[in-house]
Amino acid sequence: MSSRKMLGKLGLSLLTIPVFLFIFLPIGWLFSASISTPVELFTVPPHWIPLHPTFQNYMDILLPGMAASSVPRTFAVALYNSIKIASAVTVICIFLGSLAAYALVRIPFKYNRAIQIAILGTRMIPEVSLVIPLFIIASSLDLINKPIVLIIAYMSFALPYTIWMMAAFFQTVPIELEEAARLDGCSRLGILFRIVIPISIPGIISTTMFVFLVAWDEFFYALIFTSTLAAKTAPVAIAEFIGRYTVNVNGMMAGGILAALPPVILALIFQRYIVSGMTAGAVKG
Amino acid sequence: MQKLLSLFRSKSTLRSQDARIAWLLVAPSLIIILGVTLWPIITTFWLSFFVAPTGLNQVRSFVGLGNYLSMLEDVAFWQTVQRTLYFTVVSVSLELVIGLAIAQLIHSRPFGWKLLRFSLIIPWAVPTIVNGAMWRWIYSADFGALNGILYQFGLISHYVPWLTLPDAALNLVIVADLWHTVPFVALIMQAALATLPEELNEAAAVDGANAFQRFWLIRLPLLRPAILIALIVRTVEAFRVFDIVYIITGGGPANKTITISYLTYLFSFSYGKQGTGAALSFLISIFTIAMAILYIRFLYQPEELQS
Repeated sequence: MSSRKMLGKLGLSLLTIPVFLFIFLPIGWLFSASISTPVELFTVPPHWIPLHPTFQNYMDILLPGMAASSVPRTFAVALYNSIKIASAVTVICIFLGSLAAYALVRIPFKYNRAIQIAILGTRMIPEVSLVIPLFIIASSLDLINKPIVLIIAYMSFALPYTIWMMAAFFQTVPIELEEAARLDGCSRLGILFRIVIPISIPGIISTTMFVFLVAWDEFFYALIFTSTLAAKTAPVAIAEFIGRYTVNVNGMMAGGILAALPPVILALIFQRYIVSGMTAGAVKG
Repeated sequence: MQKLLSLFRSKSTLRSQDARIAWLLVAPSLIIILGVTLWPIITTFWLSFFVAPTGLNQVRSFVGLGNYLSMLEDVAFWQTVQRTLYFTVVSVSLELVIGLAIAQLIHSRPFGWKLLRFSLIIPWAVPTIVNGAMWRWIYSADFGALNGILYQFGLISHYVPWLTLPDAALNLVIVADLWHTVPFVALIMQAALATLPEELNEAAAVDGANAFQRFWLIRLPLLRPAILIALIVRTVEAFRVFDIVYIITGGGPANKTITISYLTYLFSFSYGKQGTGAALSFLISIFTIAMAILYIRFLYQPEELQS
């Protein structure tokens, strides 16, 4: 590499610094707050790196029972609710969604295209336009504050999303393989389970991750439908404590970090599926 | 002939059998989707013609287009629309410009480009509410990092209550939103850049086009599909913004950050006017359906078009 080219590359590399800073300074600050003692948290100017770091806030949430304040107790339950609800939504959507997606992509039948367009259309309907009737019926069935109400409500965005993404992946399965299997006497369902699904495993992994992430991220329905510990999710717990200085602020920060960990870890593990998923689903902003 | 006929019959029964299987596969999803989207949206539309107090067993009275008309006459409504459009246009254009710049930076392979691409995943995956809580704490008037940095560099002599400044609050929310959305745009653009043929770029360089011309005249037009995806997805999302506003400012100061989704939420669940809330949410739907038509135009390509 010539020295002039090297210099250009160094110049370019300097440009990455502000991007790295923009990404990591806010998280670093959040993490620093989560391991601070309350005394250090409320200092002016701030202690960027706490002098007496403590993981007590994390311990309080992860090992409930010994916690003094209500913040860690709430977070422990809310994180559990989030895991339960997001997992249930993911499992149901992947199962039902891949069946539907296969039929829509590979079996010609009347109204096939109309259903595809309708499913794409429902993805555009904002939650706020659906929430009032859902709230009315949930109240009359006495479902408010129950996890099942969120699982059902989340279907409104998660299921169309799953079908759309799975359809994009199924489309890439070579049709010749299916035709060959049909000639060998394989049934439609046999083709789906023995050929299409095994080939589409990367697509299924990608879709699973995306659906889990959108369900985990969801806030609006959770805010409307849950207020007690029976079904409250992690985002609702954070919203509830925010801005109340009387509550344990660093406990809340630790809760925020813990709520961010599952999606971040999943995304980093499955990073090579992210971009294909973004363009296939093109939905989570 | 007999053989041919039986072949024909078996083919047609196969097709009807196929259709039956298709319906069996589609039905569960279709029923759920219709139940949680189509039925509620029709009910919402119906409700928008009534004065409907929040709560069970409340008496509703039919007002026709009353909810829509009173809203269109309301100054606060138009201010909210204006604010939402401001949020949408400013945040989406910044996302596109910064996202594209970061994508181009990664594409130029500086030192640490792989780490940079990997790092972008983190802010994208952090839940919106955690992101909002983090930035609210950064902007905090008493102990925030923004005040801390500016104070230590001597740029301010005393702490500023940033989120109470009416002109700054919405822009501060936009910055917080950018932290989460720029990585999305950058990752999509970076992937799109990686698929472009290098030869074109090299040929232009040989012909004497400078880096800026090459980017503007060659790369950008080729990136059009990726830019469209990002643009449409982000516009729809930004226009409905709710979570991050709720968590950072709660609509304040002096209602200066209330967006249209937020106003709908307030009417439906705080002011006890579900009819007005329904009318508002229906207007949001109309906007997003208009976007959906664009979306289908550009993204939905039936197979017959592809071949």
